Amino acid sequence: MAKQESMNEANVITGEWSVRYNYSIGKVAGKFFEGLKHKKILATHCSKCGLSFLPPRAYCERSFEPCDQWIEAGLEGVIEAATIVSAQFETLPKPPYAIAFVRLDGVSTALINFVRGMDLSNVEEAMQRLNPGTRARVEFVDNPRGRITDFHYVLAKA
Amino acid sequence: MPKNRVAVIGVGETPFRPNVIDKTYVELAQDAAKAALNDAGLTPDDIDAIVFSMAPTQFMGVVDVEKWTVDSIWASGKPFMRVHTGGATGGSALHAGYSHVASGMHRTVLIVGADRVSDTPDAQRILNLIWDPFYEQDFALNTITMTALATQRYMHKYGTTEEQFARVVVRSRKNALKNPNAHLKGNITVDDVMNSPRISWPYKLFDICPRSSGAAAVVLANEEVTKERCSRPAFINGIGGVTSTVFMGDRVGPYSDAELCDEAELKFAGGEAYAQAGITDPMKQIQVVELYDPFSSIQFPQLESLGFCAPGRAQFLSDDGSFDMGATLSVNPSGGTLCSNPIGVTGLVRVADAALQIMGKAGDNQLPGVQNALSTAIGGSVQFANCTVLGADYV
Repeated sequence: MAKQESMNEANVITGEWSVRYNYSIGKVAGKFFEGLKHKKILATHCSKCGLSFLPPRAYCERSFEPCDQWIEAGLEGVIEAATIVSAQFETLPKPPYAIAFVRLDGVSTALINFVRGMDLSNVEEAMQRLNPGTRARVEFVDNPRGRITDFHYVLAKA
Repeated sequence: MPKNRVAVIGVGETPFRPNVIDKTYVELAQDAAKAALNDAGLTPDDIDAIVFSMAPTQFMGVVDVEKWTVDSIWASGKPFMRVHTGGATGGSALHAGYSHVASGMHRTVLIVGADRVSDTPDAQRILNLIWDPFYEQDFALNTITMTALATQRYMHKYGTTEEQFARVVVRSRKNALKNPNAHLKGNITVDDVMNSPRISWPYKLFDICPRSSGAAAVVLANEEVTKERCSRPAFINGIGGVTSTVFMGDRVGPYSDAELCDEAELKFAGGEAYAQAGITDPMKQIQVVELYDPFSSIQFPQLESLGFCAPGRAQFLSDDGSFDMGATLSVNPSGGTLCSNPIGVTGLVRVADAALQIMGKAGDNQLPGVQNALSTAIGGSVQFANCTVLGADYV
């Protein structure tokens, strides 16, 4: 951890953290990210309770049994919640942008991502096109590299 | 059921301000601890154990800050723990302290903490990092966008308007005028809220809490100490807490077991606390609530899940003044989290402000005849929910 200190006129000591990490992906996320490289979204399925999960889980948190199958999620789904961000936050994208939880066909839970390709110049109007229940579809980048940012959503009816 | 009765016998709060440059973090915590001990008529030697209330320390910038604070709050030589459940921290810390006394393990417990949320220039940068780096952190989640998403869903479900949320802000800032510790306060209008800068739909700047610095402390005691030291305590008659999945996407749609936009976890937490406290009709039996409401849209679903009205009805009761000071239910007479949010102790401030109403020590905010008061706290990805029912009489 690097820490820099200096005194300023207001008698306040300033500091800054810069911390590096290596996050282990593990087998379950590893399979999911490998699927993304092939433009597939893979969910885990629990045959005991019948639910399919995105993000994928090793264990079903409803039945307390291991998820025993992988399924391929549909590349279309339904918006469950959405917002358009108008403010700039440190380290986050330049506004405006839209994000949404979309429940892909065949999956029980919703996955968050950006909704691209919309005219966001009028926020009120754009929000009307992001109501829960609206159909959206997955659009992959040209050269996926096995990261969650390999895809985003677009409205099914542009 | 608890083995021993538990009461709040002392409360301490510092003013909540954008910055406190004449004190360090630990000195702030000490001010609150000292104030609570004075209020209880106790000295540090009278305290058996300490629970430290603190959420992420990246706002104030010292890792493991409880270690730095030990001496300032007279914890040396005593059992000590830090409790952390994000925004719900203060409520969880109170519940840990309650359990220490209710179990008979300790006679007295000091619950104390402090926060300085403005010591880093963009708290939401830290709050983006509470999501995992694999699936969710990349998509601009922070506590503002997280609750904006839930609120869009709530508005779609119940037809709530932005103006109805704006009225909550107007009421909160007005209530805060009589709270000397409140960070934001004033007579503002619905138009002021509506015309403030857009942040994340439907939120404008005024729909969002400030980043506060300050500290709070509560002294809990068993029945024997309470009888000796406090003529008008606030008895803790019920506590409830429940934890939900980290994934908000599991709590939307037909397969959800706790609807995200309804703060449905509070149905379970509230049900547990009400059963202990003998509350069967919250709207009739409870006079004051201190809700954890860092955003204008968070009051309605809590009031509904806690049984004060049917789902979708809180917006209309708010419109007709039923939640104003001294009305059917006084909602956040302190101004609530919308007016002051020192995150690591905010849940404890909710308990403290509710207790002050029972103890008759709420100053210019005091409401007459408060028999029962309720406080809540919510943290994580709308994930940790807890509530506390306080009463003038032990149930």
